[in-house]
Amino acid sequence: MRELKLMKGNEAIAEAAIRCGVDGYFGYPITPQSEIMETLMAEKPWETTGMVVLQAESEVASINMLYGGAGCGKRVMTSSSSPGVSLMQEGITYLAGAELPCVVVNVVRGGPGLGTIQPAQSDYFQSVKGGGHGDYKLIVLAPNSVQEMADFVELAFDLAFKYKNPALILSDGVIGQMMEKVELKEYTPRWTNEEIEKISPWATTGKGAHRGRNVITSLELEASEQEKVNHRLQAKYKEIEKNEVRCEKFMCDDADYLLVAYGSSARICQKSVELARENGIKVGLLRPITLFPYPVNEINALADQVKGILSVEMSAGQMVEDVRLAVNGKVKVEHFGRYGGAIPSPGEVVEALKQKIIGG
Amino acid sequence: MKEEIIIAGFGGQGVLSMGKILAYSGVMQDMEVTWMPSYGPEMRGGTANVTVILSDQRISSPVLHEFDTAIILNQQSLDKFEKEVKPGGTLIYDSNGITRHPERTDINIYRVDAAEETARMQSAKTFNMIVLGAYLKVRPVVKMENVLKGLKKSLPERHHHLIPLNEKAILRGSEIIREVSLVE
Repeated sequence: MRELKLMKGNEAIAEAAIRCGVDGYFGYPITPQSEIMETLMAEKPWETTGMVVLQAESEVASINMLYGGAGCGKRVMTSSSSPGVSLMQEGITYLAGAELPCVVVNVVRGGPGLGTIQPAQSDYFQSVKGGGHGDYKLIVLAPNSVQEMADFVELAFDLAFKYKNPALILSDGVIGQMMEKVELKEYTPRWTNEEIEKISPWATTGKGAHRGRNVITSLELEASEQEKVNHRLQAKYKEIEKNEVRCEKFMCDDADYLLVAYGSSARICQKSVELARENGIKVGLLRPITLFPYPVNEINALADQVKGILSVEMSAGQMVEDVRLAVNGKVKVEHFGRYGGAIPSPGEVVEALKQKIIGG
Repeated sequence: MKEEIIIAGFGGQGVLSMGKILAYSGVMQDMEVTWMPSYGPEMRGGTANVTVILSDQRISSPVLHEFDTAIILNQQSLDKFEKEVKPGGTLIYDSNGITRHPERTDINIYRVDAAEETARMQSAKTFNMIVLGAYLKVRPVVKMENVLKGLKKSLPERHHHLIPLNEKAILRGSEIIREVSLVE
């Protein structure tokens, strides 16, 4: 049966986690995402699905609990906001190096440092370019509605296990705090031990006589061996780039100008497109849904059609670099953003488009 | 149909829950809705506001800087949001604690003395429902049956015995709202 609820993005993440058979959530509270753990604690899934919900002593502890849980083939997740996710970076690169599937949620707030609790999108570089050390990539999903907050939990787990790679849901204070209608899925049971052995034969589930040791590590002292590990990782990232690009186009067919934006900025830009078109300016919007892999080809193709592109992000200009790489000089690309917790208005975006792209 | 509303006042006046009930009423009427609160350390005693959008169509931006209707419950909010009402839009305010009344002549202004009324009804907690009733009288964007359903959905079950009282407050709000004419 269709079950429609009105809930916050953060609450939707928690509900979806319980429903898609997550084994464990480990986290530490921080605004603007504390409702995720609050909802999980209120729902008490340990009494129903058997899901573990644990408030760890710190973000560093949470991410290392994910390492342990993921190593056992369990579906484990954590969530935090910007300063907390910075603390997790060491654990994240270890998870990526050991090729462990897990889901991390970042409900971004303004930085740098402790910054502010208001929404921002200034963790783009940290999310898609590494943040931890070494040559690694996360699969990065950017929801722009409460419905997608719910849907992307399961999608993130599917992709994480498909590629044995950590997946990150990159949200922000707007999507986390706002309420919208959401349709929740039916409950999927958690995997049984037999299922885990079948789905993740690499997992450390206890060695019987039937197989050799499973070793989970991100350490390889022999350079030639570590290079092989890196080759394998890079081949995997290429595969992800080939198969998993997701994006959404809004009114692009006849567009003379293009906005590129993800998450809450994409919602604001959708309104900007409507406003601009009321004034006779044909603007379209491309919304990357996956930030890694990035919709390079889709943006490059649109660059043949439009006269200029404005990248809109609640940052000082991070994603704009990837837009420029995708466009490769074909047309002018500029950035517009408010940051440090300020949110641009749809009208401001139209003004920026006029000044930086159309008039510039 | 699309209605973009800001509800703004002090933390503790029930601004956010009023918005939630309105949003849930929209859900019950099969509309698209968004509810976007101001959140921050300033909530208690400071200003609190929520943007609610009700629409027949998919809603683009949940963050707005101009509104069809502003429901204003303190002076700071009036100072901030009077100028953000669209020309021809609606401003509803409670005059309690207001030292500078609304001045715009290109919008429809209504006054609801809800704080005074709650004192009379001896039920301070129905304040926001009186305001909601007043709003729905001049902007009947959702049917009353759906408001009652929304009320039921957004109140925890242990508070369901308060629904008749809230219903009474909504009705009272619709009775006491009056238009303010600024044209001399």
